[in-house]
Amino acid sequence: MAEIQNFTMNFGPQHPAAHGVLRLVLEMDGEVIQKADPHVGLLHRATEKLAETKPYNQSVGYMDRLDYVSMMCNEHGYVLAIEKLLGVSVPLRAQYIRVMFDEITRVLNHLMWLGAHGLDIGAMTMFLYCFREREDLMDCYEAVSGTRMHATYYRPGGVYRDLPDSMPKYQTSKWRSEKEISKLNRIREGSLLDFIEAFTDKFPGCVDQYETLLTDNRIWKQRTVNIAVVSPERAMQLGFTGPMLRGSGIEWDLRKKQPYEVYSQMDFDIPVGVNGDCYDRYLVRVEEMRQSNRIIQQCVAWLRENAGPVMVDDHKVVAPTRLEMKDDMESLIHHFKLFTEGYCVPEGEAYAAIEHPKGEFGVYLISDGANKPYRVKIRAPGFAHLSAMSEMVEGHMLSDVVAVIGTQDIVFGEVDR
Amino acid sequence: MSKIKGYLKTFLLWELWQGLSVTLRNFFRPNVTVQYPEEKTPQSYRFRGLHALRRYPNGEERCIACKLCEAVCPALAITIESDVSDDGTRRTSRYDIDLFKCIYCGFCEEACPVDAIVETRIHEYHMEAPGENIMTKDKLLAVGDKFDAMISADKAADAKYR
Repeated sequence: MAEIQNFTMNFGPQHPAAHGVLRLVLEMDGEVIQKADPHVGLLHRATEKLAETKPYNQSVGYMDRLDYVSMMCNEHGYVLAIEKLLGVSVPLRAQYIRVMFDEITRVLNHLMWLGAHGLDIGAMTMFLYCFREREDLMDCYEAVSGTRMHATYYRPGGVYRDLPDSMPKYQTSKWRSEKEISKLNRIREGSLLDFIEAFTDKFPGCVDQYETLLTDNRIWKQRTVNIAVVSPERAMQLGFTGPMLRGSGIEWDLRKKQPYEVYSQMDFDIPVGVNGDCYDRYLVRVEEMRQSNRIIQQCVAWLRENAGPVMVDDHKVVAPTRLEMKDDMESLIHHFKLFTEGYCVPEGEAYAAIEHPKGEFGVYLISDGANKPYRVKIRAPGFAHLSAMSEMVEGHMLSDVVAVIGTQDIVFGEVDR
Repeated sequence: MSKIKGYLKTFLLWELWQGLSVTLRNFFRPNVTVQYPEEKTPQSYRFRGLHALRRYPNGEERCIACKLCEAVCPALAITIESDVSDDGTRRTSRYDIDLFKCIYCGFCEEACPVDAIVETRIHEYHMEAPGENIMTKDKLLAVGDKFDAMISADKAADAKYR
């Protein structure tokens, strides 16, 4: 009898369930996976090197494009590192705005994850419902920064502009009557904060809907319970962070452990899993959405009460306002200096990490005193998670690979950088 | 007792019916989708879309070829050459924006000291032939002239935040 050999199979890079450009070389024994070998680098855009060739303030836009489903969080990691090197402290209002948008981003990311994960393993309705809610949050992004995704909104020293007092509204068309339009525009009558508050009021109900569809559903459970179990010890050894680590039962969250911005004043809980399987990680992420919702509510309440500047008042780092710039020669000189050569950052190195929706997102900057970073290193959470792919899928069926890719919440913008 | 209840629920597909009730309720809710070309989703006045070069109300070009936008552009999408114009002022003889390189970060608009280059809320544009991705000075001024009222209103609304 001929010797039975394992079968090698190629998964991706053009597989719709591969979440972008993941290529897995799977060694199969029948339908059971023996080994998975992820090939990365297909979306490599040299972001780190690109940032090293530009003045500090010009790379913010490229940070958006790392993890392209949680844009403002990436910017946050980068600007925090610069601020650490510069020794700038950000105005309180800007800190609250940043925390609010970090949490909006977290909800955006988890909604995208839930929709895509659901779609991958057979729950198509989830995708449609999640995108319905994402649309509102995208509108918040657009109202504040002018783009629905790649915001370029955070700046070293604060945020670019204050929150707008009005929301864009639906226009009349032949498809809807006046009455329908006014009904649609009802939550858009007030300011951006009113809109966000209206969203936070309805959002827990939406999460309840998702949970009704999935949490007890036997098909969902069959696909996720006891799939890709990671023990707490192993999760730490593998360098997991974020929901992947918390799903295994370790209560580690940078927002609590080393609070940045105003997270120390926020009241929220950290959900942790018990078994460390796909189902627990799903529960952790869903609960995180509820907790993020709570944080957003607290930020909205604070931002309503307290007006103030959103940028530091140091024109060696931050460009002056338009009015100052047109009125005052010194401001104009600052304006020209900042937009041509930027600013020189004192020699030294800094590592700033934030609790990104996917885990610990860190930026390590080395400055040699010039206006460009000497070295930028980006610590992407997805990379550490993907490294554990082989271990997580070993012994599972081929169809579980899709569940594991989903549960890792892989985005190739940040893995390949 | 709870065990029996659990068995009964499993047997009667209880959680599946609950899920189906959610989808059924949503089936009768009004649509959230829009009929796109005729109907559009709300768009902010801060929207960053296609670029335009503006003029002063008397028809004079705003741009003075200071090249700040060229310097700040992270994607190196802007190319400017300057010259002395017929009336003796400093003007651009070439102002190209490569729309394929542009990352729509809005830095050019931020940097411009005379509010000449702006990003408008136009986002429905296309190219039909190679080379049309280069927005030349004439094309940019044409966009600015055509949508002057809209651009002025948008910039006025945003002025107090900048």
